[in-house]
Amino acid sequence: MSESTITQSGAEAQLSPAGNWWELRLSGRWRVTTERPRWSKLITGLPKPAGVRVILADDIRWDSALLLFICDVRQWSAAEKLPCDQSRLPVSVMDLLEQLAHVQEKPRPGHRSENFLITVGLAAQDVLKKTREIYTFVGECVLSGVYLVKHPHRFRWADCFEEMQKCGAMALPIVGLISLLIGLIMAYQSAVLMRQFGADIYVADAVGLVMVREMGAMMTAIILAGRTGAAFAATLGNMKANEEIDALSTLGIRPVDFLVVPRLLALALMMPLLALYANGLGILGGMVVSLGLLDIPPTAYWVETMTAIDLSDVATGLIKASTFGVLVGLAGCHRGLQAERSSAGVGKAATSAVVMALVLIILFDAIFSVMFNVLGL
Amino acid sequence: MITKNDIPAIEVVDLTCGYDGNVLLDGLNFEVRSGEIFFVIGGSGCGKSTLLRHMIGLHTPMAGAVRYFGENFTEADSGRQQEFLQNFGVLYQGGALWSSLTLRENVALPLTEYTTLNESERDEIVGFKLAQVGLSGFENHYPAEISGGMKKRAGLARALALDPAVVFFDEPSAGLDPITSRQLDELIVDISGKLGTTCVIVSHELDSIFSIGNRVILLDKQARGIIADGDPRVLAAESTDPRVLEFLHRRPRPT
Repeated sequence: MSESTITQSGAEAQLSPAGNWWELRLSGRWRVTTERPRWSKLITGLPKPAGVRVILADDIRWDSALLLFICDVRQWSAAEKLPCDQSRLPVSVMDLLEQLAHVQEKPRPGHRSENFLITVGLAAQDVLKKTREIYTFVGECVLSGVYLVKHPHRFRWADCFEEMQKCGAMALPIVGLISLLIGLIMAYQSAVLMRQFGADIYVADAVGLVMVREMGAMMTAIILAGRTGAAFAATLGNMKANEEIDALSTLGIRPVDFLVVPRLLALALMMPLLALYANGLGILGGMVVSLGLLDIPPTAYWVETMTAIDLSDVATGLIKASTFGVLVGLAGCHRGLQAERSSAGVGKAATSAVVMALVLIILFDAIFSVMFNVLGL
Repeated sequence: MITKNDIPAIEVVDLTCGYDGNVLLDGLNFEVRSGEIFFVIGGSGCGKSTLLRHMIGLHTPMAGAVRYFGENFTEADSGRQQEFLQNFGVLYQGGALWSSLTLRENVALPLTEYTTLNESERDEIVGFKLAQVGLSGFENHYPAEISGGMKKRAGLARALALDPAVVFFDEPSAGLDPITSRQLDELIVDISGKLGTTCVIVSHELDSIFSIGNRVILLDKQARGIIADGDPRVLAAESTDPRVLEFLHRRPRPT
């Protein structure tokens, strides 16, 4: 047999005959970050020896790459039922080889990938668990609400007012802008259609009714779901990760009393006001389009709007708004309190708070539509 | 990685560091020999962690340089610095594991980024590194599912993934019980002994310093630099500097 040598990225493996045996001499610089010689390539085309002896050069520099290579040699020798003489390897290399061999022997836990049925099963379990959690959380909020009505001095008014300012007054610009644009869009779309029938003035009816009964409350709720709901989830999630919620519990203060109820009340009170403001700006948007596109004077537009909507329309809008406010708050606080104790957990909580709030808003809007229809409102 | 030459693993030359124009450490000079377990100690706020952050390139020094194996790291271009970084491992105080990844994925990430190993070889090394730090069987756990001590050990496994020549430890014993802390010390001695890894450790833990430290430098806030440098046991026995005695013997400074 002749010699076989492979040098790869400075790491050298040289195989030479020593009687019936192979002498494997390893030298150079073995780094896990660079390509290493491959045992299978080194022995290609060579006759089978009586055994392999592994020797390290004195000036070798090595890391895990060398261990992986020697492991390949050992595995090949074991498969070929040949002796592998490692007696000339340093103790430190032998120790690490033993550790690596131990890891290889142990069955490694598989990756967290499941088949379809397991995934469906786990998802179903998760839905059930989350539903139970939501019921429990709503129940806790109701109990806290009752407790705080009985003990109003325990209620954190300062926090509630601060939240009112944050979710109410500070949301005015974005709610105003979006509502004005919604009014403009609705008026523009209906104007194009109504003009064909000479029913220009009914643009006021369409915009007024849709804004007051539906869009005012819904758009405000959607904006607050993204703005306030996500903020609640992130704040409470962060507090949970920092063990602030645990600190409250160990002081005997229920986190729901302290953190959730003031936020829910703030949203429940601010949402109807924001919805009223959104209604006004939506109608203003419609008025601007009617004046510019259909030449309807603002006074006529206003009078038509007033004849189209009555108090029950406004009331239905406000009931919806208040309910949506509570839903956004519940979703945000619930997700925040359920967040995992990590930075990724906080991000997930904020995302799922917004999704949950949007689903609840649409679901309850549908329920309200049927309910108001049945009640004749 | 075993390095058998006489060039110091790290040379800190006239290093001045601080933040926003405030100098915390002024004109620092010291060397760390290859394979040494080197401690940086000092009172709170003296600039230990700042020094560490400057040494690993997270901050640019106000003046001076840091050399690794004779090559200037501070003035190297970003491509070369990137290559240097493959030779560093850093264990942060809290482990700094990526919370959205499992321990396996955390340890595998440097290997995926910097090696051409196939998936099974990568898995082998990840399993090996996690076994080295005593976390076999926890491959699929997320950081949120393990204890603080385990997070540190997993952080060490990640730091060791590429078999770096130098590993930096930022307060490795902080928040650990004495047994876990001792196990971590044994692990440091083990990697230093077997792989010849140079370990730079920022710590307050006197037990660790005396039991595993080859050399220690003591930083002082007022002096804005090193006030003692040497074998911790020799310093504790022979130093007459009251600041050194105060730190190493917890002895009040004479007034």
